Amino acid sequence: MSTETQVLGLAVAGTFVLYALLGGADFGGGVWDLLARGPRKAEQRALIARAIGPVWEVNHVWLIVGLVLLFSGFPRAFAALSVALHVPLTLLVLGIVFRGTAFTFRAYDTRGDVVERRWGVVFSVASVVAPLLLGMCVGAVASDAIRMQGHAVVSGFFASWLSPFALSVGVLTLGLFAFLAAVYLTHEAPTRELAEDFRRRALVTGGLLFPLALAALLLSREGAPRVWTGLLQTPFALALHGGTAVAAVTAFALLWTRRFRAARVAAATQGGLIVLGWAVSQAPYLVYPHLTLQSAAAQPVVQRLLLVALAVGLVLVVPSLVLLFRVFGPRGQPTT
Amino acid sequence: MTDLLYARAQMGLSLAFHIVFAAAGVALPVLMVLSDLKHRRTGDADYRKLSEKLAKGTAILFAVGAVSGTVLSFELGLLWPEFMGRYGEVIGLPFSLEGVAFFTEAIFLGIYLYGRERVSPGLHLFSGVMVAVSGAASAFFVTLVNTFMNNPSGFTPTPAGPTDVQPLVAMFSPGWQYQTAHVLLSCYQASAFAMAGIHAFILLKHPGAAFHKKALSVALPLACVTALLQPLVGDLSAKHVAREQPVKLAAMEAHFHTEAGAPLKVGGWPDVETRTVKGAIDLPKGLSILAFADPDAEVKGLEEFPRDVWPPVPKVHMAFQVMVGTGSLMALLALATLWRRWRGREWPHGKGMMRAWLWAGPLGLVALEAGWLVTEWGRQPWIVRDVMRTSAAVTPVPHLAAPFFTFTAVYLFLGVTVLFVLWRQVAGTLPGSKTPGAGVDGGVAHVH
Repeated sequence: MSTETQVLGLAVAGTFVLYALLGGADFGGGVWDLLARGPRKAEQRALIARAIGPVWEVNHVWLIVGLVLLFSGFPRAFAALSVALHVPLTLLVLGIVFRGTAFTFRAYDTRGDVVERRWGVVFSVASVVAPLLLGMCVGAVASDAIRMQGHAVVSGFFASWLSPFALSVGVLTLGLFAFLAAVYLTHEAPTRELAEDFRRRALVTGGLLFPLALAALLLSREGAPRVWTGLLQTPFALALHGGTAVAAVTAFALLWTRRFRAARVAAATQGGLIVLGWAVSQAPYLVYPHLTLQSAAAQPVVQRLLLVALAVGLVLVVPSLVLLFRVFGPRGQPTT
Repeated sequence: MTDLLYARAQMGLSLAFHIVFAAAGVALPVLMVLSDLKHRRTGDADYRKLSEKLAKGTAILFAVGAVSGTVLSFELGLLWPEFMGRYGEVIGLPFSLEGVAFFTEAIFLGIYLYGRERVSPGLHLFSGVMVAVSGAASAFFVTLVNTFMNNPSGFTPTPAGPTDVQPLVAMFSPGWQYQTAHVLLSCYQASAFAMAGIHAFILLKHPGAAFHKKALSVALPLACVTALLQPLVGDLSAKHVAREQPVKLAAMEAHFHTEAGAPLKVGGWPDVETRTVKGAIDLPKGLSILAFADPDAEVKGLEEFPRDVWPPVPKVHMAFQVMVGTGSLMALLALATLWRRWRGREWPHGKGMMRAWLWAGPLGLVALEAGWLVTEWGRQPWIVRDVMRTSAAVTPVPHLAAPFFTFTAVYLFLGVTVLFVLWRQVAGTLPGSKTPGAGVDGGVAHVH
């Protein structure tokens, strides 16, 4: 496999990691909006809206970039996945549409509680459904349930993503996003009480992630043999798991001792390693067992130009992103 | 309806919906920055309020544009996997660059919208400019993809797919300069006309309302300039189509029979069976002049081409007539307005003019949609002209009626909601309105 192909494959994986860490946390914010309760219910929702407001569209762009890199760099895989996962991807897109529009309408059309709450419900329900579907799609891709003959998908439009393994990955994804959001919000919270609210949520969801991950792992033995062996046998994957476990325990300990800033980093590391772990366990396959990075790859000249475009993009985007997050980072928040 | 037709209808509907928001996303930031600049120069608080209102409009429309654009990028695969599987690599470069532009647009829009109180005035203005530039770049790159589909280049077609791919050649397919200029202008024109229409409407109800007169003074220059430039660019574009896509030109003009010194048909309904056009007014030699700048030039008719590569002639012809008709009306109104501006030394806001601008308000969007239909219908039955048929690109997934009706319902709902939300933004500026939050702090919910 050429270096270009490897770098492009890494770039696709990288954008999905970033989408999970940033866009995923925005979805998680929607989950906590739905589950807001207690004496500070309204403040919790206000904190979530304030934290997401300036950045959600930027965070969402990682998905688009990943998608574009996939269809430009690995067009055959994009085509096959679009056919095999037509149904859940269509539903996912609907979730994304309602999440984004409901959030915007709520933010710009404040007319008292009833209407605002109604948009809030649309926003938070879409925020629960979309990660579930996203995870189910990932589960389907990682399993060997998508079958092809030549360029045609022959495994039907439902079975692959409705398997127990795919469902377990869906629930794990939802849990991970909710966990990330809760941890991030502990650091964003302007008051001690609000930080405590989200600390409790972070500890509970973080704790839940262990059995969820274990369930997905056990189900992968039947449902995704490639992942099972990939996860348990390749030394690199094992190292990644070790790293994930260390990050998870560290995040837990830091949350426990209320070092929220560092907990945020540890949780993001944990989330990133989980997504990367999936990518590595599946590599070099894009659609197991039919399409590898190499067999789905665009022609070399295309790959090279895509890498140039990627480099240009990074030069433009990274400083702008740093600026954005500096302006709206936790320390940039006015304490009310 | 067949699944192919449902797929085309869903893609068409998604694009028709997205285009409105994309156009606003390109143009509103320019208007927003212009009124911001006017505020800085004059110190007039109304311009600042206008710029804030436009920023909120941009935020709402951009959000809907971003999600409907996301739908489109998924739909490329969900509906046309064969097209993307084969040509994704050929046209991936402009899509990737569009991704970069989308990124900077979203970043700086976040800073502009939420950062007024947090960043320096210079950086704030710079962010607005970046939003405007990124929006234009985004539209530019996406239009390059469409140019490729109309005039594919940069690869060698083989039964197994494209070989010898040259992405840069494909990115700048023949005619790119005309199509991108035409599209970008139409975005500014449609948005400026819509904005002018809204404020004209309010000035009719509340004559002399200062805020709305100022808003007009921001919208009208852009509307007039674009309305006058557009016919020139459109003409260059038509000449290019005449050279490169003669069958599309013939369908646009419902020109069945090859002839020299061909007349231009205005109006009329084409009858494909009898190969005649009923009820059209003929302008002698008009088509030859329009297509080749030569009154005696020979213009190829549809009869020169096999029947199975004809686009849907009546649809293409009607859409073209609508585009040219609305474009001409807008150009005339622009001329009349500039004349009055020159005579009266200020932008006109009399009753007659305001009525005209009110009725012209939607014309830019009508022309934009019609023009897009001309190019899309006019390319049929090809998805990549002369290389891949639309029917060969469609997904094998059955029951496409279900997503089609779902998305139709969703777009209807979103469209109505956006109109409603935007109207409430405008209502906050009416004389005597008592909406809180319309003041200088911008009133962005949840920030405070």
